Amino acid sequence: MDKAAIDALRDAAFSIRCSTIREIASFGSGHIGGSMSIIEILTYLYYREMDTDPSDPGKETRDRLVVSKGHAGPAVYATLASKGFFPGEWLSTLNQGGTRLPSHCDMTKTPGIDFTGGSLGQGFSAAVGIALGQRVRKLGARTFTIIGDGESQEGQVWEAAEAAGAWKLDNLFAFLDLNGQQLDGYTKDIIPQIHIPERWKSFGWDTREINGHDFSEIEEAIEAAKKTPGMPHMIIMNTIKSYGYIPGEGIKSNHSMPITPEGAEEAIRALKEREGRV
Amino acid sequence: MKDAHVYSHYRDTVIGAVVDLAAEHPEIVFLDADLSSCIGSTAFQKAYPDRFFNCGIAEANMVGVAAGLASTGLVPFIHSFGCFASRRDYDQLFISVGYTHQRVHIIGSDPGITAQYNGGTHMPFEDIALMRQIPGMVIVEPSDAQSLYELTQQVYENGQSSYIRTPRKGISFRYTTEDHIELGKGIELRDGGDIAIIATGVLMVDAAMGAADILRGKGIEATVIDLHTIRPLDTELVEKAAKRCGRVLVAENGRYAGGVGEMIASHLAAVCPVRMGFLSVGERFGEVGNLSYLSKAFGFTAENMAAKAEELLAK
Repeated sequence: MDKAAIDALRDAAFSIRCSTIREIASFGSGHIGGSMSIIEILTYLYYREMDTDPSDPGKETRDRLVVSKGHAGPAVYATLASKGFFPGEWLSTLNQGGTRLPSHCDMTKTPGIDFTGGSLGQGFSAAVGIALGQRVRKLGARTFTIIGDGESQEGQVWEAAEAAGAWKLDNLFAFLDLNGQQLDGYTKDIIPQIHIPERWKSFGWDTREINGHDFSEIEEAIEAAKKTPGMPHMIIMNTIKSYGYIPGEGIKSNHSMPITPEGAEEAIRALKEREGRV
Repeated sequence: MKDAHVYSHYRDTVIGAVVDLAAEHPEIVFLDADLSSCIGSTAFQKAYPDRFFNCGIAEANMVGVAAGLASTGLVPFIHSFGCFASRRDYDQLFISVGYTHQRVHIIGSDPGITAQYNGGTHMPFEDIALMRQIPGMVIVEPSDAQSLYELTQQVYENGQSSYIRTPRKGISFRYTTEDHIELGKGIELRDGGDIAIIATGVLMVDAAMGAADILRGKGIEATVIDLHTIRPLDTELVEKAAKRCGRVLVAENGRYAGGVGEMIASHLAAVCPVRMGFLSVGERFGEVGNLSYLSKAFGFTAENMAAKAEELLAK
């Protein structure tokens, strides 16, 4: 990727961040932390990698994304809206009664959502099933999935990991949002996860570790994974929870935060300044 | 319609029905959780090796994988013992299958006390109650091999997710290919005016027929209904029996709480209240033993059912 391409992705990610912050502010509170930490991977997947068609979101041969950490819905919606899966005005209906954008990703409600998340661990198994289905049906398509580090405390994640490894699902690309935090605090203080790359390798996964906010590293890891057949792919992304929503960065309780419309604009101004956009 | 006499056990029958469907429907896949040799889904594996997946001893993941497969246009049948196929993976069934509107057909084998020598840990008493909580989930518990074959195919054709509650071992026949077996329509096996016995599954329908013989010897004529489809409930047939007999005894090889008896009682309470009795697993867990021992221990015998009917009539 040349500098112009990276700059274009950074611009898209900035725009999606702003939309996500405003979206959550329109409701008054929401899962800002885990939304902000996956903006870069969402941007990269939808703008560079995945074969999707916003005008035909149910196309059978499409690449699919399962955001198993379904509480990151606001970030996914902002990304989908930016790609034209639905009108941007929908973002201000987040969590309102009758909305098509519920707090957690719901495939029955939102165009472009490929599977429901919310009960942690379940989306990951579904992603394994989707990748398997794409193989059985010879669709020539790939499945991408994003799981959380807190989510990885669910036993189901490891059941799914074992099956995907056994079935050698090399059309499955998983991303671990390793932001080190969960609802109650820091994962190291709750149920620490150690030897994470070794765990995934031992389950038969082609495993890499990157800075999840760096587009060059994301590209490099995905391209290397694509050249590694016969195994499912795990890209461990070191991320910062709430990255880009500065009031939430570096604090313990940033899983879900109240945000006012004024607070949102202030946070966006601060982010602009930090990124040198003013 | 195929004659299920070609099979020698319920397990061959239910799997045979799926294998026959799979011949015509390439979208059907089968998932098992390390119990394929118990149910005989190895026959599916042999016929369609590329459409069979043994998920190992990981039922929650099996359900999630099935839901994912379904979202790509495939139609999974999955199997485990009824306790694991319902209780162990319940949130996955509720969310990944139910809430997402994915279509998965679940075979839960060894209902209630038919788990016998596997004992209390393996006895699904609450599976019907659990499945009833999932909107749209069809529940069948056939009472013989012919209806098991036909209803397994009918739940597929019906197109909604379903739970097929069936024993594995042994085989018996109540129906022939000439009989009309229809999903959602219970079958009146005996026609009597004094009391209606509504039963589900092989064990309880057999006991109900035996109880009706005993009652006849005492001058009591019983209607016996094989309620092979638990959900959706055949309200018309249940109401007709209640109105005619004025006394309804429900017999199920499972727990009373949330089970078939409560379901029928809540329906009749709203439309035509009658005095009811219930033969089911009470406030207790399962235990190990053979079917003869367990039937006596739990009161699932023709004699006890007849006695329950007489008690109800005396009230």
